[in-house]
Amino acid sequence: MTTLQDPVIAPDPTIQPATRRFGAGTGSRAVIGFGLAAVALFGLAPVVLGDFRLGLLAKYLCLAIVAVGIGLAWGRGGMLTLGQGVFFGLGGYAMAMHLKLTDAGPGQLPDFMQLYGQLDTLPWWWKPFASPAFALAATVLLPMLVALLLGLLIFRRRVRGAYFAILSQALCAALAIFLIGQQGTTGGTNGLTDIQGFFGYDLNDPLNRRTVYFVVAAALLAVLGIAWQLMRSRYGELLVAVRDGEERVRFLGYDPANVKLVAYVVAAGMAGLAGALFVPAVGIISPAMIGVVPSIEFVIGVAVGGRAGLVGPALGAIAVAWARTALSERLPSAWTYFEGLLFILPVVFLPGGLASLAVLLRRRTAKKEVAA
Amino acid sequence: MFRIPGRRSAAIVAAVAAFATLTACGAKTTDSATTSGAGATIDTSGSSVKVGLLNSLSGTMAISEVTVRDSLKLAIDEINAAGGVLGKQIAPVSEDGGSDWPTFAEKAQKLISQDKVAAVFGCWTSASRKAVKPVFEKNKSLLFYPVQYEGLEQSPYIFYTGATTNQQIVPGLDYLKAQGKTSLYLVGSDYVFPRTANKIIKAYAEANGMKVLGEDYAPLGSTEFSTIVNKVKASGAAAVFNTLNGDSNVAFFKEYKSAGLTAASMPVVSVSIAEEEVKSIGTQYLAGQLTAWNYYQTTPGAANEKFVKAYKAKYGADKPTSDPMEAAYTSVYLWKAMVEKAGSFEVEKVKAASAAGGITYDAPEGKVTVDGATQHIFKTARIGKVGDDGLITEVWNSGEPIKPDPFLKGYPWATGLS
Amino acid sequence: MTLVLSQLFTGISIGAVLLLIALGLSLTFGQMNVINMAHGELIAAGAYTVYVLQKVLSGAGLSLLIALPVAFVVAGLLGVLIEVLLIRRLYARPLDTLLVTWGVSLILQQVFRDVFGAPNVQTRAPSALTGSIHVTDDLVISSSRVFILVLALVAVAALTAGLRTTPLGRRIRAVVQNRDLAAVSGLATGRVDRLTFFIGSGLAGIAGVALTLVGPIGPTMGTNLIVNAFLVVVVGGIGQLKGTVIVAFTLGIVQSMVEYTTTVSVASVIVFVVIVAFLQWRPQGLFTLRTRSLA
Repeated sequence: MTTLQDPVIAPDPTIQPATRRFGAGTGSRAVIGFGLAAVALFGLAPVVLGDFRLGLLAKYLCLAIVAVGIGLAWGRGGMLTLGQGVFFGLGGYAMAMHLKLTDAGPGQLPDFMQLYGQLDTLPWWWKPFASPAFALAATVLLPMLVALLLGLLIFRRRVRGAYFAILSQALCAALAIFLIGQQGTTGGTNGLTDIQGFFGYDLNDPLNRRTVYFVVAAALLAVLGIAWQLMRSRYGELLVAVRDGEERVRFLGYDPANVKLVAYVVAAGMAGLAGALFVPAVGIISPAMIGVVPSIEFVIGVAVGGRAGLVGPALGAIAVAWARTALSERLPSAWTYFEGLLFILPVVFLPGGLASLAVLLRRRTAKKEVAA
Repeated sequence: MFRIPGRRSAAIVAAVAAFATLTACGAKTTDSATTSGAGATIDTSGSSVKVGLLNSLSGTMAISEVTVRDSLKLAIDEINAAGGVLGKQIAPVSEDGGSDWPTFAEKAQKLISQDKVAAVFGCWTSASRKAVKPVFEKNKSLLFYPVQYEGLEQSPYIFYTGATTNQQIVPGLDYLKAQGKTSLYLVGSDYVFPRTANKIIKAYAEANGMKVLGEDYAPLGSTEFSTIVNKVKASGAAAVFNTLNGDSNVAFFKEYKSAGLTAASMPVVSVSIAEEEVKSIGTQYLAGQLTAWNYYQTTPGAANEKFVKAYKAKYGADKPTSDPMEAAYTSVYLWKAMVEKAGSFEVEKVKAASAAGGITYDAPEGKVTVDGATQHIFKTARIGKVGDDGLITEVWNSGEPIKPDPFLKGYPWATGLS
Repeated sequence: MTLVLSQLFTGISIGAVLLLIALGLSLTFGQMNVINMAHGELIAAGAYTVYVLQKVLSGAGLSLLIALPVAFVVAGLLGVLIEVLLIRRLYARPLDTLLVTWGVSLILQQVFRDVFGAPNVQTRAPSALTGSIHVTDDLVISSSRVFILVLALVAVAALTAGLRTTPLGRRIRAVVQNRDLAAVSGLATGRVDRLTFFIGSGLAGIAGVALTLVGPIGPTMGTNLIVNAFLVVVVGGIGQLKGTVIVAFTLGIVQSMVEYTTTVSVASVIVFVVIVAFLQWRPQGLFTLRTRSLA
């Protein structure tokens, strides 16, 4: 029964219930899958693609890492996280702050602070980011911490569904406006740009940019591995149970808030990691990556690929990002129409995403065999 | 609650991690010699040469940037009709920056490495310019930036054809001072240009005995100005210096008039309101207010008459021309002049030709000269007043083109700003 | 004192704009659970209606008055078109409506850009609505803001009366409170949905007409406004008009007071923190419809 204050998400017929097998695959199939992905990412792509396209692929893979997290939180947990831009941004800024400090050299201020902030000393909250260990840890842990605090507040009070989606959207808007307002210490609208080096590697060198690609690709595989483990664990089943019937899980003696919190925090960590890798891959992090618009765009790839699976979100994110580039290059003034359709058609007519297409095809061939 | 991961999957994760570390270490090179070569490759084979047009055609900035793209195309068409550059037709490749800074960087890289363009024209916001600046520097390729901006920048691979601060903001302040205005209120959008401009204004005010009574910033695209206008009104300032951008201006001026403030009681000097914006705000709200630019549709001269006529013929009689459009139009001709002087499309030769000096063009705003040292251009400052017909008429000009001084080194009060 | 009063009125007028935008959402989002991200473009459609009408009619005041019903119908029909083509298929998946309507909003923005041009367009306001009213010697309030406030209050009154007393209102409430029961009782829920969506979208059109008096008219004019409007509906309590009204005015006053003493960016962060804190206290919003449902 649908009620007013809390829309129940009817289980989608096209999304299969999670069993050990679905999405995550059995052990041996998963190994083959990982092997194929590794070959494609490490063997095929670097050979086939030129420097420019490989750089773009690195950017797409960053978006795919965010998508894996969204797949976990939304596809498996039913939480439409429209605030991933916040965590992506926190990770990105943590990384960029460290790289800017390294570029500036010890004891020096980053260029934009001298220009726009007219500061003499580094603000206290920038100081720890001079340490590479702290900055690296912060890229993942800071978003997770923020997600933990926010999640504790939100899930404990059973804010969910549309409430949760709107609230995470408002968080994006608020953080973006706040960062823009602190121009002297955050770079304002410009964000942190003109990043030259990556832990001693010169990012102007094409060879090093290729290395960045490999790091991103490896991170994506690692993130997929983590998501796979989580999905096939008992916890993964519990998460799906919470998605499909939160009250029932509560009556069984679990606390759904904790179950959701774990997925939310893990997804935030993945977004943070993606943001951190986005910085060397693209060379810029700005409030434009945090606001409401990019956060919705993160989600659309997941919806297109198939939200409840493991690889669906990642493939969907890559496909959507690629389509955006390809369309906008060919039709710079009319491509927005196609982008709009990209949001509409898959979600309306293929709710299980492209991943469900494979299932549909398999069923159809099976039927034909029966008929014959 | 978690099942302990199976040994096999743990092994996969470990293997992936190990692989990542290996590849990361394997490719370590601190030698960047591979990039420092002759610069970006330019495709000059065939009968045409490509140039890139990089503007926001979608998103919030499209309201301003589409017209810049249009006037760039006009200049290219004219040059092509007159025989092209060095005997080659110009083939424009248009890309959409989508009002998103990382996209600008991506598209700039695409224009340089995929299309092998000879130069790129475009960008509007400072943020988009900052995002593409490293791309052009890294690839040693050229960008022509057509919008007035906050100064404090001098990239060897960017030509700035809009005004820098000493060609727009400083003359605006000089004008207010000459009018006997001794107190100011500063209103701006929250981004680099207004914040930097306001710093300059405050330094100027302090040195010239003017008082700054308040300073407020609204997020880009903000359309709620009732509180800010209340503050402005309560301050009782003699004039307002307005560095708002785009949409916000419409809301600000509608609110301004509603609060009973007028051009007579508290004039507003705006630096981002051109004919296009006047048209969208409406003269019922704007008549009598001041603007500071280097060009107006009404600027006298044969070159401007020709430009206005050509623009209207191509895009419609009701379409006004404005300063950024003129600067964009001029930038294409300046590039042509540099290429012809260099006798080559090669970036370093084009730069050398401009550095040698003497690149001039009889632009719609008057004769402009490229300052080889700063890669900015000499421009005449013009203060204008919005008329009832929606056009802006000049009330004061600097008499001669002002030498660009992006770091304000020639102004004693500005020491410590850059 | 004058300052406090004029700032208070500013807050109320910000609230009135929020309320006009949120009113349509309180129907489509609050009653039907559709997260319509294209609501901002329906607002733009209303504003462009004024622009088009002023091309035909000369009088600014007359065209504004005529624009109110016309914009209501234009935006309403546009909304119904979206409902029939897309949203109808998504009632079981409320969160997906957000993504789909986001796509719709992108397409509509590009349509506006291609039809009316990328730059903002200009509308004329009747001279009575560009000036200000002197309440006392110092206290001056803008007449356009008063007009918007009156418009918002009239719209609330009409909507409340409509929902309470008319047969259509009763049907809407019946479908909202228990869709299945309404369906078995013989209500054509599909038709009721369409009508609800028509009214909700039409209210966006009216908001668009009002916004021409205070803001820009362009392809992306609505996008900045709707996140706050959604927050108003969430905090007010879904399915409750009175909550929306109270929260819109409260938020407007808080925003204007904080903004006056600090800056816009600090104000937006403080407003967000206040909202999260408020939801700790009342997670379902200010007012909730009591039902006996779980889940």
